[in-house]
Amino acid sequence: MKTIDELENEIVDEFSFFDNWEDKYEYLIELGKKLGVFPEEERNDENKVRGCQSNAWLVARGNNGSISFIADSDSTIVRGLISLLIRVLSGQSPDDIVNAKLEFIDKIGLRQHLAQTRANGLASMIKQMKMYALGYKMKNESLTQDAP
Amino acid sequence: MPETLTKNIIDVNKIREEFPILKREINGHQLVYFDNAATTQKPKQVINAIKNYYELYNANIHRGVYSISAEADEAYSISKQKVKEFINASRAREIIFTRGTTEAINLVAYSYGRQNINEGDEVVISAMEHHANIVPWQVLCGEKKAKLVVIPINNNGEILLRDYEKLLNKRTKLVAVCHISNSLGTINPVKEIIQIAHDKNIPVLIDGAQAVQHTNVDVRELDPDFYTFSGHKMYGPMGIGVLYGKAELLEQMPPYQTGGDMISSVKFSGTTYNEIPMKFEAGTPNVEGAVGLTEAMDFIKTTGIENIREYEKELLEYASEKISMADGLRIIGTAKNKTSVISFIVNGLNALDIGILLDTKGIAVRTGHHCTEPLMDWLGIPGTVRASFAVYNTKEEIDYFIEALKKAIKILK
Repeated sequence: MKTIDELENEIVDEFSFFDNWEDKYEYLIELGKKLGVFPEEERNDENKVRGCQSNAWLVARGNNGSISFIADSDSTIVRGLISLLIRVLSGQSPDDIVNAKLEFIDKIGLRQHLAQTRANGLASMIKQMKMYALGYKMKNESLTQDAP
Repeated sequence: MPETLTKNIIDVNKIREEFPILKREINGHQLVYFDNAATTQKPKQVINAIKNYYELYNANIHRGVYSISAEADEAYSISKQKVKEFINASRAREIIFTRGTTEAINLVAYSYGRQNINEGDEVVISAMEHHANIVPWQVLCGEKKAKLVVIPINNNGEILLRDYEKLLNKRTKLVAVCHISNSLGTINPVKEIIQIAHDKNIPVLIDGAQAVQHTNVDVRELDPDFYTFSGHKMYGPMGIGVLYGKAELLEQMPPYQTGGDMISSVKFSGTTYNEIPMKFEAGTPNVEGAVGLTEAMDFIKTTGIENIREYEKELLEYASEKISMADGLRIIGTAKNKTSVISFIVNGLNALDIGILLDTKGIAVRTGHHCTEPLMDWLGIPGTVRASFAVYNTKEEIDYFIEALKKAIKILK
């Protein structure tokens, strides 16, 4: 299993091949189209992550000390962004997810390029992923402490 | 430019020279600005007037005894006089400067609304209103236990006049509708809407934020009780707008905000208010905005509002025909009487994605619900992509936009 840092660096390297935004977005769209199918029954208000201009849904599962994510959006570009987040964070430990700085978003220039309203959706997705990790971590710690 | 010459009189290249921002490059492409319904760009004469104001005669007005204060005072008064002429109001004291349309509507809702609307009363708006002409009334109705009533529209995005007429009754205390829809471009038959309400002695507020930059507005001919618009959507600066109100109504209304300038005399035992329009302009006014607005009105007058209307109509017709050929595209808002706004959706595609891809080509459009969420719900769509044209846009820009749009659709499909 690669570390979050290693995976972030891979993404930064991939994006360094593109010298303009049109190509970067085309790549994101390609990634968005390839993102796995999201189960219809999970597409509900409880799993909704609110962005300003697009709807997104996120589901997290904890398993043996790691957390996996599945997510979806009605915007293909947002799906592309989600696929990058999933690639970096899914399968990692709750601690690593909580502490992830996710500098690749800045390094590939996405944060500056996506205007505030659009970036909001991305920011709330990241926040939601970290909240799940934190919740999982706290639940496990309390279980360990409660054990006789 | 004489106003008698209409068609093909616009020298668009000459006009473009007046707008420095149009030379900007975005992502390596020349800016194509198609978000004019949100705000228009500013001609040099507006930018320079604001610069001159700060470099030459910036001072607080009304109470100054020195020269530059008098100059600033005069510039502010001239601006009001020009607004009066611009919309053909009978008296300059019927012109109140606000921050924009939103504040103008809020002023009426808070002042006139709270004084005249009571439990069980009704306020009538249309299904195509901007949030700025919904929420102030919703809040007022909530507070007063009054009812907000919505005029339905047809599939083309036109107000159903017969239904409107039936909605008016003894409890109706105000009608508030837009002159032109920001999302659909529909030009509403406001003269009829006003007449129908007046026949039943119901006052009418018209939100003209999308109208004054596209079409001639004559408040004496239309006869609204209140008419509102924003400077920044008509080539002027942000932060200044206008509330026109009939003097007999304004005189009876209580102040909306209190403080300096709106008073006649203040004692600890009580305050007497100034006369209109000062009664509604508490605090230091936006002189910079007023000075810029004067020039914006001058730009429109010099170009000729009829010329602007004709030219923008040409752009709309050209773009509507070309855009409808794009794969899976549907225009939202197909009213017979329409201004230069094209809202559209593309089958299966997200508006945001299209907007982002167009931006990579330097094209600025708006995506989403355009602050008309109830309208989008009414139409059963999450939002649209909206291209809105102004007098400095060209057919070449439309061609470039449509090519970029087709490419975006291809990439996203």
